[in-house]
Amino acid sequence: MENNGKTYWGTVLGLLTKILIIWFLVSFGAGILFASALNSISLGGYPLGFWFAHQGSIYIFIALIFYYAKKMGDIDRQFDVHEE
Amino acid sequence: MDLQTITYLVVGASFALYIGIAIWARAGSTSEFYVAGGGVHPVTNGMATAADWMSAASFISMAGLIANMGYGGGLFLMGWTGGYVLLAMLLAPYLRKFGKFTVPQFIGDRFYSKTASTVAVACLLVASLTYIIGQMTGVGVAFSRFLGVSSEAGIYIGMAIVFMYAVFGGMKGITYTQVAQYCVLIAAYLVPAFFISLQLTGNPIPQLGLGSDIVGTETSLLAKLDLVVKDLGFDQYTTSMPGSMLNMFMYTLSLMIGTAGLPHVIMRFFTVPTVKDARSSAGWALVFIALLYTTAPAVGAMAKLNLHGTVNSAVGLETQADGQLGVNPDVVAANADLYATEASLRYEDRPDWMKRWEKTGLLKFEDKNGDGRIQYYNDATKNPEAQAKAEAAGWKGNELTVNPDIMVMANPEIALLPNWVIALVAAGGLAAALSTAAGLLMAISSAVSHDLVKGVFNPNISEKNELMAGKISMAVAIVVAGYLGLNPPGFAAGTVALAFGIAASSLFPAIMMGIFSKKMNKEGAIAGMLAGLFVTLFYVFAHKGLFFIKGTEYVGLIGGPNSFFGITPEAFGAVGAGVNFLVAFLVDKVTKEPPEHIQHMVEAVRVPRGSSAVDGAH
Repeated sequence: MENNGKTYWGTVLGLLTKILIIWFLVSFGAGILFASALNSISLGGYPLGFWFAHQGSIYIFIALIFYYAKKMGDIDRQFDVHEE
Repeated sequence: MDLQTITYLVVGASFALYIGIAIWARAGSTSEFYVAGGGVHPVTNGMATAADWMSAASFISMAGLIANMGYGGGLFLMGWTGGYVLLAMLLAPYLRKFGKFTVPQFIGDRFYSKTASTVAVACLLVASLTYIIGQMTGVGVAFSRFLGVSSEAGIYIGMAIVFMYAVFGGMKGITYTQVAQYCVLIAAYLVPAFFISLQLTGNPIPQLGLGSDIVGTETSLLAKLDLVVKDLGFDQYTTSMPGSMLNMFMYTLSLMIGTAGLPHVIMRFFTVPTVKDARSSAGWALVFIALLYTTAPAVGAMAKLNLHGTVNSAVGLETQADGQLGVNPDVVAANADLYATEASLRYEDRPDWMKRWEKTGLLKFEDKNGDGRIQYYNDATKNPEAQAKAEAAGWKGNELTVNPDIMVMANPEIALLPNWVIALVAAGGLAAALSTAAGLLMAISSAVSHDLVKGVFNPNISEKNELMAGKISMAVAIVVAGYLGLNPPGFAAGTVALAFGIAASSLFPAIMMGIFSKKMNKEGAIAGMLAGLFVTLFYVFAHKGLFFIKGTEYVGLIGGPNSFFGITPEAFGAVGAGVNFLVAFLVDKVTKEPPEHIQHMVEAVRVPRGSSAVDGAH
């Protein structure tokens, strides 16, 4: 169980790291650091960097949370620690 | 019926609804009072969290702020939403598993120290009290602007309404009223936005309209706006950024961490039945928040174009036969001369809504060149082309001063929407202010009755007496908040930034380390919280005065304003959080590790199995 516990937490941390990288890339990356470079590409009438800062990052945040919730449910069941 | 009567009817109906809910949702136990019995559906909790989160400032001021800042306004949009990703993954599910009533209780138990929980209570009280001052003045402003009563009377009415459902219903009453308040405020925000997007772009969805062409043309709305504002000497809308890129980065990060660390938001996740629900509930909260937050940039940009189009006919908007503002595609496509004499609106021809808002002082006209026309441009521009054009046209300075709040409040009037829409916006603004105030009051009263009265002074208090203590501290908190709203201390304006700074630099790191670092001990956590808090306060006070008292600024002492890599005090919370983490790890290294049973507790908190109903008993 001790061993099992460690793998569970390791798997969770792996998932968190993955999600936080995307979280960082869309907001701080596309929305701020690379915004002016991305602005040369347009998405409909939106310059892309501007779109990430004013719209896109928010949509991706939502997707990230639901993806996290679903994945965590899978991991909980895999390691048999889900709620009854 | 005239506008005033309809407004009273709509606002009155919304208040009757809140009071009805208050009577239905009375709290009979401490569990109901603190966490609504722990049985709130995750979607319901998400909606209540959204109402709790979106304040009078989000509702009334944010779109105008974005309209003024352009691209740089994205720091509020990303900062105030990105924090929910951190909250959902790093804090909410684990605090729910821990299964107690308050944030200080977690910090006190995890770090086996009354000192730690007392520091947490102090941080919570300062953050929530500073935040609530802004909300109470917001309640007063909303009442006085929408209902024509004095703002003092507005605060008294607001206090009475909140009193009814917060004192008797606690978290249970607050949760279900917030659901109703969310519905009112989101409808009030979206309806005018649909109409305005439809008028300008032919697409009723504002999020799509903002990225569309202006109706009847092949010019995109944002490109047109960029062109107009740049020509008039303002910064290009889609790229303008106040301050440096580093400052925008740190500001966004501070708002994200602060959002995740604000106790009145965190405590909402104690109300759902399971750990699984806590995870998805944060997602639902963000869905409901995003409805407003993705609409706000569209409202801001479109209202800005509407305003320029109203006072300058060369933009290509015109008043149509039915009185509505519409697009003239030929003029839009022609990019006519904005500096032509005939283009500026004659003052006597101004629309009715301008006359109405002039009376409130939020809109001011001063005919500097005496030509009887309104010239609205940036007279402080550094753009030589715009300077030359204004000079050649005989413009003697900007003649129109516009308070950014108008972008939302006058929106339905600018678009000439029916009176019931205007009344709905009034009810929405009030709902936004009241719901946030109630959430903050809940955080304050539970910290006092549960963490101080029960946790420190009288651990053996009976449940019935604790419930009574909770209700009394709620009533006292309402009176204190009302008093602060009526007599705002001179520092009121800067305090919301302070609340975020404190939450980011003290509470968020302490909770996160409590979960993610099994070996973090009480010495490390307390030293970290105090160090983070201290550097943040030191930097903020240097700019704004010691405890915000005017004249005690010591910005020279730290080498001038924004001396830390050009970072403004509002953006400093992330630095404070970094200091907190660093100090905590250093102190933790040289002191002894936490007792065995605490380490087991952390292991138990990390797995969902075994979550039971929330229980505040020690």
